[in-house]
This record gives sequence, structure tokens and C-alpha cells, in this order.
Amino acid sequence: MPLAKWWDRARELPGAPRTRGLGLTAEDWSRCAADVAASGGRLLAMWASECGDCDNGATIHAAFLADRGVLVIELSVSGARAPAAEPFDYPGIESLFPCASRMQRAIFDVSRVRSSDPDRRPWLRHPPEGPELVRVAGEGVHEIAVGPVHAGTIEPGHFRFSVVGEKVLRLEERFGYTHKGVERRFTELPLLEGHRLAARIAGDSAVAYSWAYCQALEGMAGCAIAPRAAALRAILLELERIANHLGDVGALANDAGFAFGLAQFSRIKEELLRALSHAFGQRYLLDAVVPGGTRGDVSAATAESLAARIIAIGKEAAELRAIYEEHSGVRDRFAGAGILTPALASRLGVLGLAGRASGQALDTRIDFPSAPYDKLPPARILRQEGDVAARVAVRFDELAESCRLVESLLGSLPSGAHLGPIRVPADGSFATGLIEGWRGPVFVALEAGPEGRTRRCHAHDPSWQNWPAIEHAILGNIVADFPLINKSFNLAYSGVDL
Amino acid sequence: MLKTLRKICQVGVVSEAAPPPDELLRARAALDESIRSVLGRALCIRHVDAGSCNGCELEIQALNNPYYNLEGLGIRFVASPRHADLLLVTGPVAANMEAALRLVYAATPDPKLVVALGDCGCTGGIFGERGATRGRVSNIIPVDVAVPGCPPSPARIIQGILTAIAGAGRAPA
Repeated sequence: MPLAKWWDRARELPGAPRTRGLGLTAEDWSRCAADVAASGGRLLAMWASECGDCDNGATIHAAFLADRGVLVIELSVSGARAPAAEPFDYPGIESLFPCASRMQRAIFDVSRVRSSDPDRRPWLRHPPEGPELVRVAGEGVHEIAVGPVHAGTIEPGHFRFSVVGEKVLRLEERFGYTHKGVERRFTELPLLEGHRLAARIAGDSAVAYSWAYCQALEGMAGCAIAPRAAALRAILLELERIANHLGDVGALANDAGFAFGLAQFSRIKEELLRALSHAFGQRYLLDAVVPGGTRGDVSAATAESLAARIIAIGKEAAELRAIYEEHSGVRDRFAGAGILTPALASRLGVLGLAGRASGQALDTRIDFPSAPYDKLPPARILRQEGDVAARVAVRFDELAESCRLVESLLGSLPSGAHLGPIRVPADGSFATGLIEGWRGPVFVALEAGPEGRTRRCHAHDPSWQNWPAIEHAILGNIVADFPLINKSFNLAYSGVDL
Repeated sequence: MLKTLRKICQVGVVSEAAPPPDELLRARAALDESIRSVLGRALCIRHVDAGSCNGCELEIQALNNPYYNLEGLGIRFVASPRHADLLLVTGPVAANMEAALRLVYAATPDPKLVVALGDCGCTGGIFGERGATRGRVSNIIPVDVAVPGCPPSPARIIQGILTAIAGAGRAPA
């Protein structure tokens, strides 16, 4: 059946634009997933929620990015399965979408409903004896174990390299170290306060998460935000993108042995953070987006000085980019390292920045825009090479484009309120949020409980899709290039550990 | 190369003076004077993310930017707890990081200092202390100085570090 038939059957969902939901039987669940895969759709997120009307049951949800929009399919599973007769609760979709495997393992750890995936190793629940990993045997093969505590100032995770000489034969990632029970914590917070927790799922993507959460909340409450609030949120989101890209392009040069790049870009990033602190009262924008709009407004004078700062940053970044491009040592380390081919990126469903460096054009700001991006579409940035150099180039291009967007938005801020009233949504409401953060699309699915309580909130980071790609991109490279390749993706740990 | 050198000269030195220690951040009695005099000149820090959202990590990374220039104070980050004098610990301690945090603490040579960072490190923050999280860092290992903030600014982090190595009312050597 063509995907259009499923789409036409589905009901409109509030929140993120062009999003529909459809409850299915187990048979149709597998068929629909196959039709999405056949039409070139991608898996956006998977999660389970407790079933309202059956004991120990659950509803499994899968959200897909298809041509027409986001399709959320739901499958109710009863918890009353006889373990011997039926070894699983629902049909897994990992053979269609390889990135589903870890999501299905995490769903079992959190909600105790099992997919048909033969890989049943726990993901978030760590066994006391340590992780069970796939071993590589052969003459001269040895393992290098890295983490969870790393040598640098980064988040904790475990990487197991199987190498021969210096060459990587296999990498297996093991995460879940920063698992904090975020999804349960959401259910303890009122709906109108959940944005604060959303912002702290991955602190570097606070605006993307809190906006996605608020988009879902405002959608289910039927409250549209004012044009000024939407413009301010986009400014905040692009500033978050600029800050992260500045940090990354500097750190990447440093990993390639060019400390000048880190010194310069970390200085420019600091100057941006100070400007943010002046304009919004925070260096990192953890509390800037609130239900109904934004916490603060910017005065005309602040908008002008912030725009001047952004113009200066854009100029300096372009100047430094030219230095990078002329530096033979940097070029040599970046080019050809950690290649992720477009074919593999497509098969793995890689999203966001890393996808756009490997020929995957999707940018939800352009393809599924919410205000103000519908009126101010960003230029599409795309590379085909898929190496570290391509991921650096995408960052530089996006940095320049975000500077343009911020400047344009600051120069044409709509008048009106930055914050509007918000109603408490009705019990049982369901809505989603979808915002293109600097790593890629951040997705939030929110379900309201009685009296303004939260029944379920799942927040999904694009790192779920992109982490497995690093296991492939490193193959055949030398161990010493791993920090560089890993940094070129710069994926979230806390964002996927939840 | 010329462009690189020109840029370095244009920017010049932007480093700022470090803030003074702040005794209000101290959670435990200061180290003995004789120990402090040894640590004062060069301090090695091992950072441990015990469950942070990565917000505190970004501000720790900022300590080495040219404005804060932490290495200019003789303080540097090292790759192993075995080389460290001070542990800088972030996050509400995730249950899955508890064992790693204890191991890191045990691997750090005496006298070891611990600075807990951020609202989560100080109190458990928005994540609290339940189920998958063990809450504040001092629930797992002894903490000398606790620096609140979400995330704390680089200047506050430096104050926390300097407070840990300084005695009451005494600037670091």
C-alpha cells in the first residue's frame, strides 16, 4: 500500500506542523513501517507509554519523517503475554530502520515491553558484571576500552575498540551512564513546568528542547504564540546553533593539532556568550523559552548591539575559515577522515548536521517549517563527501547562514507581546513538537494527564540515529583519529541516556 | 602563516585577572597550610561528569579560553585521576555512574580535593534524588567546595577551585 493511504487515514495531531497520528494493529504496524521505509521515509523516534485501559499493557509509538510530514503510528500491546508462547510483545522494526534497535532495547529497559529484535542486551539498565559486547577474534587483534570517564572534559560513555596495529576493525558504543530517569521525572512535574526539565536534557540544545516541548504544550492547549515570540525563539535557536558551531570548529582544529583555531574560536564563543548574558540574562539559554513565548524581550538598543556582535562574529569566522583552508596540516587531518558515505547515511537514517554532510538534505526548518521559518527559509546546506572536512564545512556554512538569519530576524522583529497566556490542556491531550536543533531535529511527544499533570513525555535527540553511524565512520581509520572523528559528529550522551 | 600571525597580533592578550576565592562556597574545613603550600603553585584537575546535562561541561571548557586562561594560573586539566589533585564533579550522580565515580575517587592520590559543580552537583537539581539518580555529589564522595549555578559561570567555577586550595582569607600562592 502506498504511504499516502496511511497518511490519509491518520488524524491531525496538534503541535508540530504537518503531523498525524494513527492507531494500528500489529500486522498493520509492520506493513505501515515497511511502506514508510519503501518510500524513503526515516524513523524519527520510538517510545512506549503506559496503556490507559489494560493491565500492565503499553502503547508503542513510532514517529516517521515522510514526505508529507511526521506520521506517528501507535500499537497497543497487552502485558498479558505468556512468555513461552510468545517471546515478544510487538514486532520490531530494526530490519527496516537499523537505528530502531537501541530505541527498542531502551523501551524494554524503561517500560518492560519487548520487541522481536534478537538483540536483547540491556541498553539503559547496566548489568553489574559490565556490558556484553561483540568480540573480534584473530591474530594480532586486541581491544582498547575507553570510558566511561574520558580523558577530556566531555560526557561519559564507553567505547570498545577492536584493533589490529593502529587500525580500527570494530567499534562498539555503550551508553546509558548519565541515565537520570528523565521520562519519569517529567510525570512528576506539572505540564506547565516541564519545559525547564526539557531544557536540561542536553544543556547544549536547551532552546531546541524547550521550544519543542512548548510547541507540543501550546499545540494541545490550542494557544498560538505571538509573531514576536516566534521570532525571538528563532533568534535564540540560531544563537544556540552559532555558539555550538563556534565551539566545535575551534575544538576540531585543536584535535587536528592547530591550537590557534581553538584559541580564536573559544575567544569568539566567549564574546558571544557574554553578549547573550547581556541580552537575555543567561550565557546558556536554559530558561529563555517558556510556555506562551519567551521569558524576556529584547529592547531596540539590545537588538542593535546583538546584531552588530553577530555581524562581527560572521566576519571573523569567515576570516578564520580561510586560514583553516590554507593550512595544509589541518586539511590533511580533516580530508578523508571518518567517511560516512551518503548511501550508508541513508540506510542508517542519519539526521541533522551529520546527515547534511553525507548527502541527506533534510532540514526540518525548511521541509516542515513552523513560524517564523515559513517566512524566512534558511538556505539548504548540503555536502556529499561525508568526511570530517565535510562536517566542518557544513558547520561553517550553517554558522554563516545562522548569522544571516539572526541579523534578519533582529532587524524585523514584529511588534507585540513576547509572552502570551497559556491554558492548562485537557486530560488525555496528545501533541508533538519538532525543532531543528544544532545537531538535528529534536522531537517531543507529550501526553496530558488530569489537572495539568503530565502523563507521558518522550524527548528524542537526533543522536539516537547518529551514534551508530560513528561505529561505521571509524572503520579502517586509526585509533588516534577517533577524537577528531567523534568531535566532528559531537553527539549528545545525556540527550540519549535520558 | 602570515594571516595566522597577523590575527594573533591583532587580538593580543585578552586574559582577565582571576576572581578571589569565596569562602561561602566551602563545604568542608580547609586543608592544612603545609599541604596547601605544595598544591598552591600547580594544581592538576580531573573532571568527572557523573550525570550532567553537558551544560556544566561547556562552562568548564570555557575555563581554558583566552579570557579565563586557567592554565595561566598554573591550573590544568589532566587525563587521569591518578595525576590529579582535585576532582571537579558535575551532575546529579546517575546510578550508572556511581561505581565509576567511586573508582575515580579511590584512584586519586591523597590529599584529594573535590569540587562539586552546578545545582545538580550541589543538591541533585531538577533531577532530584530518586530512582536512577543518587542526587548530590556529597552523597557518594566527600566534597570540599560546592559551586551552585545552572550552569555556574566560568568565574564562579574558578572561585570554587581557588577556594578549595586556599585557606580562609588567603589568596593562592
